[in-house]
Amino acid sequence: MREDNMLIFEKSVAGRRCVTMPKSPLIADIPDGLKRSSPPGLPEVAQIDLVRHYTQLARKAHGVDNGFYPLGSCTMKYSPRLNEDCAALPGFTQTHPLQGEDASQGSLAVLHDLALSLADICGMDEVTLQPAAGAHGEFGALLMVKEYFRRKNDLKRTKVIVPDSAHGTNPAGAAMCGFQVVPVPSDAGGCVDMEALAAIAGEDTAALMLTNPNTLGLFEKNIQEIVRIIHGAGGLMYCDGANLNAIMGRCRPGDMGFDLVHLNLHKTFSTPHGGGGPGSGPVGCKAQLAEFLPGDRVVFENGRYAFAKRADSVGNVKNFYGNFLVCLRAYAYILTLGGDGLREVSENAVLNANYLMKLLAPEYAPSFEGTCMHEFVLSLEELKKQTGVSAADVAKSLIDRGIHPPTMYFPLIVREALMVEPTETESKETLERAAAAFKELHALAFSKPDALLEAPVLTPIRRADELAAAKNPLLKFEG
Amino acid sequence: MNVPDNLLYTKSHEWIKILEGGNALVGITDYAQEQLSDVVFVSLCGEGEKLSANGTIGDVESIKAVSEIKSPVDGTVVRVNQGVMDDPALINSAPYDAWLVELSGVKGEDSLLSAKAYEELIGDEA
Amino acid sequence: MSYVPSTAREREQMLKAVGAAGYDDLYKDVPPEIAFRGDYSHIAKEGLSEFEVKDRLGELAARNRNYAAIFRGAGAYRHHIPSCVPHLAMRSEFVTAYTPYQAEISQGVLQAIFEYQTTICALTGMDASNASVYDGATAAAEGISMCLEKNRRSAVVSQTANPGVLSVIKTYCKAMDAELILCPEKNGVTDLEALASLVNENTACVYAQTPNFYGIVEDGEAIARIAHAAKARFIAGVNPISLALFKTPGEYGADIAVGDGQPLGIPLSFGGPYLGFMSCRKDMVRKLPGRIIGQTVDKEGKRAFVLTLQAREQHIRREKALSNICTNQALCALAATVYCAALGPQGLYEVACQSMANAAYLKEQLEAAGFAPAFPGVVFHEFVTQCPTDSAKVLAALDSNGILGGLPIDGNRILWCATEVNTKDQIDHLIRIVRSVIPHA
Repeated sequence: MREDNMLIFEKSVAGRRCVTMPKSPLIADIPDGLKRSSPPGLPEVAQIDLVRHYTQLARKAHGVDNGFYPLGSCTMKYSPRLNEDCAALPGFTQTHPLQGEDASQGSLAVLHDLALSLADICGMDEVTLQPAAGAHGEFGALLMVKEYFRRKNDLKRTKVIVPDSAHGTNPAGAAMCGFQVVPVPSDAGGCVDMEALAAIAGEDTAALMLTNPNTLGLFEKNIQEIVRIIHGAGGLMYCDGANLNAIMGRCRPGDMGFDLVHLNLHKTFSTPHGGGGPGSGPVGCKAQLAEFLPGDRVVFENGRYAFAKRADSVGNVKNFYGNFLVCLRAYAYILTLGGDGLREVSENAVLNANYLMKLLAPEYAPSFEGTCMHEFVLSLEELKKQTGVSAADVAKSLIDRGIHPPTMYFPLIVREALMVEPTETESKETLERAAAAFKELHALAFSKPDALLEAPVLTPIRRADELAAAKNPLLKFEG
Repeated sequence: MNVPDNLLYTKSHEWIKILEGGNALVGITDYAQEQLSDVVFVSLCGEGEKLSANGTIGDVESIKAVSEIKSPVDGTVVRVNQGVMDDPALINSAPYDAWLVELSGVKGEDSLLSAKAYEELIGDEA
Repeated sequence: MSYVPSTAREREQMLKAVGAAGYDDLYKDVPPEIAFRGDYSHIAKEGLSEFEVKDRLGELAARNRNYAAIFRGAGAYRHHIPSCVPHLAMRSEFVTAYTPYQAEISQGVLQAIFEYQTTICALTGMDASNASVYDGATAAAEGISMCLEKNRRSAVVSQTANPGVLSVIKTYCKAMDAELILCPEKNGVTDLEALASLVNENTACVYAQTPNFYGIVEDGEAIARIAHAAKARFIAGVNPISLALFKTPGEYGADIAVGDGQPLGIPLSFGGPYLGFMSCRKDMVRKLPGRIIGQTVDKEGKRAFVLTLQAREQHIRREKALSNICTNQALCALAATVYCAALGPQGLYEVACQSMANAAYLKEQLEAAGFAPAFPGVVFHEFVTQCPTDSAKVLAALDSNGILGGLPIDGNRILWCATEVNTKDQIDHLIRIVRSVIPHA
């Protein structure tokens, strides 16, 4: 039978049941005035209907387990099964968050040791695990910056400097915390324009948010001078750790001079991305900021783990202690790798990226010359000029070749950008096959451009009309 | 690219038309709508709002971009164009008819660009 | 073990191909002064084998108490999770995908989240839902952010809300420079007179939770009336299971409904990952934070699902965006969707009814044992009692019998919870233990 594209709601047949609930001799007594007027419009399906429906949807999804997923900036590495098994242990999944310290010593040990390990990896003095995602960590850390200066009664520091190549979460997070966002341009080499930075930094600077390696996949080699400028102006250095996968065991944000950093456990530490989440976005900082961190710390005293309040904490950014099972997976990952393994991860992430970049040349030119870190950004501007085939067309054509497209049109400063991050868990032959597919498409763009404009053709749907979706939003099934 | 002679322009791609009696209509230029591509949503400030030059009139959204519309002059919003809010595609089909707001008490139009100067500006950007 | 597939020989070939003598050449842009050469202080140099990791984590898991029965809720609830829910939600195509940026290769994730949005709207009676935020607490805080306007900068928040949620609201209000005004409680519910006096032309919104922290159903209609009289918005914090029985936020006039979706098929997991859901009326859709999925057609006219209204989001609107959320809780949203589809309207109704009935029975039995109810009012599946003896003593007795009792709150009171898994037998057992530690009971 062909796959359908019906919603589970459209497969509903009145009276069908999928599971039964225990029969209780007790009866609920709800006053009439408080009752909802009609039952919620949920589907009524048999178990086989349900299982086939979501199995079919799974077939229409593409994960790292399905194939190459070089989505730049997202570190789509393999998620080890071992970590999934650990996160499924009933000893962890059945634990109530408020069952008390004595009854939660195992979970507290995980949080305690993971925080120490992550502090180690990023060269910071302390880490909180409470934020649920990278952007959430950014929010918490920027609030720390705000509180830090408020406590020092240094109220003129209202500006946060953000490079024009930064992730959107940086300026958005800074604005959420009431900061004015000041962009700093990139120089001809793709790194922070030092003259511009020096001109912008001043006594109104609260912080510089910097991704290092940056979103172009380049190491900010002037990092020491950048730190001197910002610290010299009295501001704080914030590291967006989205690209930590390039540098573990090689250098640490704390040693570079950053005061704060957020990490993405779902990127660097192999926890699965879940179709968009859950992630985890721990924040690390230097000692002078540690009391400001969100959430409670876990301490180990007299052979027992316990929560302890931070004196000047900005408060909770989330209920409870973070996305615990995500943290647990990252902990299992770190235990499996050890220090040597972490370095091996980064070295090979960088090697894979450079190898793929090399294989793609000369047809595809990186937007900036030189050695890249764990990712690189191609500009397809020339190709588009010559053939009319855009970065999006190449991306859509890759789908037909079983490859998830790279990140498109980011960073914003590169025209017709494709941002490629192969990660260390891809083999040499995967990279070679991907490069061959890219090159085939490059040739096809000249010989038969329509083929790319039409792509993809092997997918459950062809290109979707996003304009219609936005013009007349249909956001739920309307019976 | 259509740049009518009878209008004044800003570097941020708004046009302004001074009406008889001194009020003014403000919209976005043909160049701006083309850069944005299909506009799907328009949000405008309320009537009665006092704006200074560069103050925010509202924003227009396409699927993949959003652009803030700034007031070219000082003035008070006396009317917003409900028709454009209901059918944002008018901005693409007729950008110089699809005014967004009408301002009264207009001040500061001297510093705006002429059609010729604006044409040069977009020539450089393209 | 680093999960790197390439062999030493392949690595050498690749290094040679890129013109590097070794890895050091790849890191030549890293200034030597900041290079890391030392060993870690808390991470072993060598990794552990798969067996050793499993063993170590198994040991840690064993150091958590697993209770045979849990009578504690307070924001995290143990319900039965049908077997098919994790089996389907944990399919590796879903688990190892990311945000569905590329619609053609992501229809499975997109359609599932579209179904999630439909499910949340069906439960809350609202027009539109986003694709999830981090948890119920951040959903409440983001809801407040949706309501703030230039000249309406205060949020009036009922003190009867979950304290964990309140603490997060407080953090976000501080960040957004919004004024947080707490509305006092009276008899365990929001003091409506006080609320009316606190809401004014500066109020952006009122936030109240129902059933509230004490388990009591609040008067949603009255709160909506008070908020709307001052042209403020009303954000209702709700328990999704309760919505199988009780009036929906849509019915009592809330503008935004938020809550934690954890009860919908997501295990307790020591507090996360859970699921923040948010739904609202049509006029506020463009203020919703995060991803939203829309239905459209492909170029051949076939039904298709895409990320839509993206111009609200941080990657396009940058510093003008209302929220910086990017990664959300998609897999938890998928689990909640499968859970609701597995139960259907009848199953969810049974879960809600039995939770409520079991809680009522527990309450009645505790009352008979000398635990006075702390408040009047209709409760769903949680309630507060005054302990006739030291609450710690009662809870310790339960604990030593493998039962996690209610949550001790101030003044020797206990917040109890029962769901469909806390059967009559379990409750009778609990009562016997409780009676054994109460003098003269």
